[in-house]
Amino acid sequence: MDLTTGFFWLDTLIKVAVVLGLVMGLALPVIYAEIKLMAHMQNRVGPYYAGGRFGWAQPIADGLKFVQKEDLVPRDADSAVFRTAPYVVIMAAVAMFVVIPFGPGVVARDLDLGAFYLLAISSIGTLGVLMAGWSSANKYSLVGGLRAAAQLIAYELPLLLAVLAVVIQAGTMSLNGIVEAQGVPLFHVGSIEVSLPYILTGQIVSFVIFLIAMVAELSRIPFDMPIAESELTMGYLTEYSSVRFSMFFLGEYASLIAFSLIVATLFLGGYYVPFVSEAWLNAVGPLVVFAKGALIVFFALWIRSTFPRLREDQLQTMAWRWLIPIALINVMVISFVKVVI
Amino acid sequence: MTGNGSPDNGQNGNGDHKKIRFPFPGLFKGLAFTGKYLFKKPATVFYPDEQEIPVPRARGVIALDTEACTVCMLCARECPDWCIYIEGHKEEQEPEEPGGRVKVRAELDRFDIDYGLCMYCGICVDVCPFDALFWSPEYEYSEHAVVDLLHDKARLTDWLETVQPPPPLESS
Repeated sequence: MDLTTGFFWLDTLIKVAVVLGLVMGLALPVIYAEIKLMAHMQNRVGPYYAGGRFGWAQPIADGLKFVQKEDLVPRDADSAVFRTAPYVVIMAAVAMFVVIPFGPGVVARDLDLGAFYLLAISSIGTLGVLMAGWSSANKYSLVGGLRAAAQLIAYELPLLLAVLAVVIQAGTMSLNGIVEAQGVPLFHVGSIEVSLPYILTGQIVSFVIFLIAMVAELSRIPFDMPIAESELTMGYLTEYSSVRFSMFFLGEYASLIAFSLIVATLFLGGYYVPFVSEAWLNAVGPLVVFAKGALIVFFALWIRSTFPRLREDQLQTMAWRWLIPIALINVMVISFVKVVI
Repeated sequence: MTGNGSPDNGQNGNGDHKKIRFPFPGLFKGLAFTGKYLFKKPATVFYPDEQEIPVPRARGVIALDTEACTVCMLCARECPDWCIYIEGHKEEQEPEEPGGRVKVRAELDRFDIDYGLCMYCGICVDVCPFDALFWSPEYEYSEHAVVDLLHDKARLTDWLETVQPPPPLESS
């Protein structure tokens, strides 16, 4: 990125604006897709009248409704922490977009430790959740926050090990590097060079583990014990209202989108399209990444409207007794194969 | 924790944590099910635009046949919500031939059902010994004021036209 030399601040400002606009602009369609897809999967129609046709304005109307509500802070709450928590969550979600590559040059910052940075920054969101749970001075919030902490510690490990397997195969932690490594031709059919995404070249186990751990990290429905409205009212969100609640809401969807794009990058080949020059990749790449990410988002929504919530102990059992051992064996096998080949 | 030599690994009190399996076929069956419904037409009826036709025996509203009613008050007494109000008086009929006995006939003055209170249990319909009360499938009688939900004798009689014929008896 040569732009940085002359116009550092302008460049930075544009990048911040683009990433923020991207997050907000993508969250609304994803929310709409969620309510509409879930409705149809449950034999309903969902929003229908808002906006004139197909209820397309429903997410906007919901957002306006949240803004109108009173912003309450409970009397016993730790006010400063209570007020900051939503912004920590949404900041962590937005910060994940920094390293996601949309093309060889279309990336906010191609860090050498991109994968490491992603895992680190996604854990900061957990901190926000814990802050919200602790500062609310509410038993439901506290239990929800602690459940979130326990869950995110448990599922951070398989997530990390799945990414580690990919990093070992690619030989780099830079996300651009990982995408380029998936573009390296594996074999030739006649004179055509064939390159395959990692999901087809030995990373299928990591892919499944990453998907499961991702849904758990996002605390979405089969793993939404921290929110569990039938047990904990709304978990760590119980005391939140108005803009702060919608910040949590947006943060959740922003991290869903971010994680989906990461899956697309790590396992599905990212922006790479065969037989396309680098200049064109910068134009086509974002569309390709978004299409692949949309598939993963669709899968997450599909899971959400299908599966019931796990019990707290089942959740922990699944992480510690199944996912982590499988992920460890997977890492061992992949590093063995990497050394041998 | 009895003599089988396998110590419970720290989790006291719940012994069922060993039985958890990955229910793979079930997961995919569930996904196929919701996936199938995604492409089906939803069951929703867009009410004000299109009308749902209720089944003939639907419990929409209770109709009254004033001719059959004998003001016995059984329905009002059995009603769990006490939402039926009945008033009546006795009327003496002239004997058919001179010197005959004077017949006494009950006349219905008031028969109101308060649908603001009614819970549609249908006990009044079941308990009526002279078949004066009927279920009708009509359901469009919502009001802006609760007071207007009190249907008087005339209104209850009007519902009688909407009562569907009873289903045919089962053979044997």
